[in-house]
Amino acid sequence: MQNLNPSESEQTSPTIVRYAWHGLMALAAVVALFVYGSVLDSYEIGVLILTAVAMGFLGQNWPGFRWHVVVAAFLSLIALWLYGSDLNAAEQSFWLNYVLASQSQFMWMSALYVAATIVYFAGLLANRSAIEATGTGLTWAATTFGLAGLMVRWRESHLMGADIGHIPVSNLYEVFILFAVVTALVYLFYERRYQTRSLGGFVLLVITAAVGFLLWYTFDRQAHEIEPLVPALQSWWMKIHVPANFVGYGAFSIAAMIGVAYLLVNRVQQSRPGSRFVQTMPSLTLMDDLMYKTIALGFAFFTVATILGALWAAEAWGGYWSWDPKETWALIVWLNYAAWLHMRMTKGWHGNPMAWWAIVGLFVTLFAFLGVNMFLSGLHSYGTL
Amino acid sequence: MRLPGDNSPRPDSTARRLFRFLGSMDLAITLLLTLAVASVIGTVLQQNQPYTDYVIKFGPYWFEVFEALGLYDVYSAVWFLAILTLLVISTSVCLIRHTPLMLKDMRHMRTNVQHKSLRAMHHRADWLANDPPAQVADELQSAFKTAGFRTRRAEKGNALVVSAMRGGVNRLGYILTHLAIVVICVGGLMDGNLPLKLAEWQGKIQVETRDLALRDIPDESRLSVGEQAFRGSVTIPEGRASEVTFLQMRDGYVVQPLPFRIEVLDFRIEHYDNGQPKSFESDLRIHDPDREQPLEQTIAVNHPLIYGDYAIYQSSFGDGGSKLDVSVWPLDTRAGTEPMTLETQVFEQRQLQWGEETLQIEMNSFDPFNVNASPTEDNPRAMRDVGPSMTFKIRQPNGEALEYENYMFPVNREGRDFFLSGVRSSPSDNFAYLYIPVDADGGIEGFVEFAGRLRDDALVKAQADEMTTASLADLPVDDEALQKNLSSTLQKLVSMFSQGGFGRVRDFIDNTLPETERETLAPAYLSMLREMLGRIYFAGTGESTDTADEDELMFLQDSVDAFGTLPEYGSPVYLQLNDFEHIQATGLQIARTPGKNIVYLGCFMLIAGVFIMFYLPQRRFWTWLESTGQGDTQVLAAGMTNRNPREFDSYFESIIQRLRAATEAGNSNGTERS
Repeated sequence: MQNLNPSESEQTSPTIVRYAWHGLMALAAVVALFVYGSVLDSYEIGVLILTAVAMGFLGQNWPGFRWHVVVAAFLSLIALWLYGSDLNAAEQSFWLNYVLASQSQFMWMSALYVAATIVYFAGLLANRSAIEATGTGLTWAATTFGLAGLMVRWRESHLMGADIGHIPVSNLYEVFILFAVVTALVYLFYERRYQTRSLGGFVLLVITAAVGFLLWYTFDRQAHEIEPLVPALQSWWMKIHVPANFVGYGAFSIAAMIGVAYLLVNRVQQSRPGSRFVQTMPSLTLMDDLMYKTIALGFAFFTVATILGALWAAEAWGGYWSWDPKETWALIVWLNYAAWLHMRMTKGWHGNPMAWWAIVGLFVTLFAFLGVNMFLSGLHSYGTL
Repeated sequence: MRLPGDNSPRPDSTARRLFRFLGSMDLAITLLLTLAVASVIGTVLQQNQPYTDYVIKFGPYWFEVFEALGLYDVYSAVWFLAILTLLVISTSVCLIRHTPLMLKDMRHMRTNVQHKSLRAMHHRADWLANDPPAQVADELQSAFKTAGFRTRRAEKGNALVVSAMRGGVNRLGYILTHLAIVVICVGGLMDGNLPLKLAEWQGKIQVETRDLALRDIPDESRLSVGEQAFRGSVTIPEGRASEVTFLQMRDGYVVQPLPFRIEVLDFRIEHYDNGQPKSFESDLRIHDPDREQPLEQTIAVNHPLIYGDYAIYQSSFGDGGSKLDVSVWPLDTRAGTEPMTLETQVFEQRQLQWGEETLQIEMNSFDPFNVNASPTEDNPRAMRDVGPSMTFKIRQPNGEALEYENYMFPVNREGRDFFLSGVRSSPSDNFAYLYIPVDADGGIEGFVEFAGRLRDDALVKAQADEMTTASLADLPVDDEALQKNLSSTLQKLVSMFSQGGFGRVRDFIDNTLPETERETLAPAYLSMLREMLGRIYFAGTGESTDTADEDELMFLQDSVDAFGTLPEYGSPVYLQLNDFEHIQATGLQIARTPGKNIVYLGCFMLIAGVFIMFYLPQRRFWTWLESTGQGDTQVLAAGMTNRNPREFDSYFESIIQRLRAATEAGNSNGTERS
């Protein structure tokens, strides 16, 4: 039996490392301000500083995240250096062409996520923690390629033209990558904290589905081309509204996949108690607890994202709430999880019904994320299939 | 949410039962989910469309049923607002019931504990401290303090109790989130159109559904400048001004006057290289009697003008009555062969005398650019601007109208240039295009003159006679009857062609020739027609099919094709755009939202509340100190939390370690968890 409650010292990094990490983030922010400060407005500077602070706190006790950020930064900087100021450099450079150009990085990311899913499940079936640990490593590698790819794509958009450059969270293609990266990071956070590697395959299934969509979208629809921003999206709000939303979407997805695992374990336990599968998987109470934790996290960030959206709408569309289909579906998602949390926190519901509800919640969320764009029209139609 | 002390029995009056029902969790969860389901309706059914669209979609019966249910504007329907109100009441009752307990719990140190109850707690530890109880209590209190706890000491018989709490603020999370819902809904209500609906029910205002000029709108449909919230829109052409805005209500509108006048100096659209719009901007000048100087400000999407309590947004754009200089070219001979000039404007309707008929030309739109996909070998996604275009309707005296789309500049097709004009009978159709070939001088005259000659009966007869003579010259006998017959057949072919194109000619062949001869005669008839068309064409140029160059023959071919499709074109004229002055109109949205800051306050409370509730758990510790009688103290410590019990396991241990270190533990029994 794994130790489910690692003591505080295992979860806390040495003080010197923590300070060094915060210092590094502060330094990175200062360098970014020094290099790009002339083209940033005061809001964007605020977003930059907040990002550095947030990353400082995320990484202070999380070595995996520190490595992830450092390697992604290294890959991005190499790519930037190879590009120089010429987008066509990608055609001449082997490294850009096969590894470092954003499109190549996304392909590596996709392949690694699929591999991680398979390895996680293999580890679960073989009941070998070493194989599962490889799954974790592959997930980290994929996520690092994803983050670095987004950074490089950001630069590439600026190389296409000074007026075209924008943060790559502006259309369905870009946010699918963001979704994969954020979902993986949220999962990795909980995996380390609660030693739940055997859940990895389940969570990675959602990411693999996103990757499948991404590949179809790339090869069938040529959706990977960088497009300039429509006027409504030209705002610093996009830099915070979209990522906050995807922490929500990612956390809700994880909760749903834990729900799937919960139902599966519960069923096997009833028919074959004490089977190896049941023993390998985390306990039902731990999964129940994790489901609550991820939904709480998702709910908190989804609340922030929806409010940020309302603030932005007040600036772009002339009203903080217009009952636009996207807004309304955000509200529906919010109400759904609000009801879930009330059930759990005050009525004490747990177990099967809550697991089923978390899975249904994913479909509601999925409709708010994709369905609205596909089937309904409105102001918020920035990604179409 | 139930707290200890909340379950005291109360007399069950009806009012109390109602109060308890309104504050019940079952009702709250039901309302949350009902609201979610009800909200779906308005996203599936497009809201606030013209009512005629709904009639077409649902038929008259269901249209009325849905209208009665308020489905065309669900979010201000009575029943929807009722659910929302009920949710606010339910939340308020919940708050009223629990806030006092929560506030008490935030401060209450709960020193009133029993040794037995501490022993029974899940998280507990005990050890022996080397000092007497009073001193240990001091040490514990200072250790708790450094760990961020508030403490209180109490005496329980011969024992000392030190009670500690951290994160009492967690209870504030509950209060903030629930209060936030009430605050947001109240703010939203202030910005909603409920007062307007009430005024309508009382008959104080009337929704106007007709498309009237501003000065003709009756007073019942005009509001007054005031403190009320509104969100309206207005379209102002460049160089013009407005001091009102229009509030949409169901299938009509009411007029909301403004305390200032908005003048639009200029409206601009900038484009990216690929033709996508990059920015929409309006230069505004605000004339306010309260200001000495008018205020000039440029607004853009995402950059509104906040003027006092009013916010002015860039929301749309359109044509502001562009001035167009148009030549009207005749495609038939009823009004001669010379073009007429027409000075018109977008949104203007002009009468045109055409022979006996009066045509009405309704100019609908003008576009200075038309950036279309124009794939090349190098770049499959290349875009190209094909220049200005206008759309208009030509209405016949019987009221029927076709819609046209004409481009100013010729377009290139297979190496030749054409004037392009699209026609359709309903907005749901695609345009079918007429390609009029551009003549050697780059104009339309070549085609128009050819069309004129085709309709010139005397000329056609002369050419038919000439062709008859030429083709019968080889015959030995002079057969006058045959000659006459052939000539009239040729004239008939040409006349059929000009009335109905090749289609009509083919119908004639299919319907009048005997089936046995059709095979052989049909090609002969068509080639005779082609030769006639050629002769008529060259009758005006002095050349012939033998001397003309390839371009000329091509032009003839294209002219014949174009002429053949004229009957489907449905208009006796072709409108050529010569020159234009582009006047745009900007679409502004103007809002006054007195509840906005209240809503934002609610939003802030909601975010703060949610994070406090989830991530600042309330943690309590108790230590029970009893003297062993030998100067030592037996310490029993216990702890609990209201969130995250799993995290609390390790937290509890780390706190206990600190407490033991502070009391310089001697021989201990270690910590234990049951």
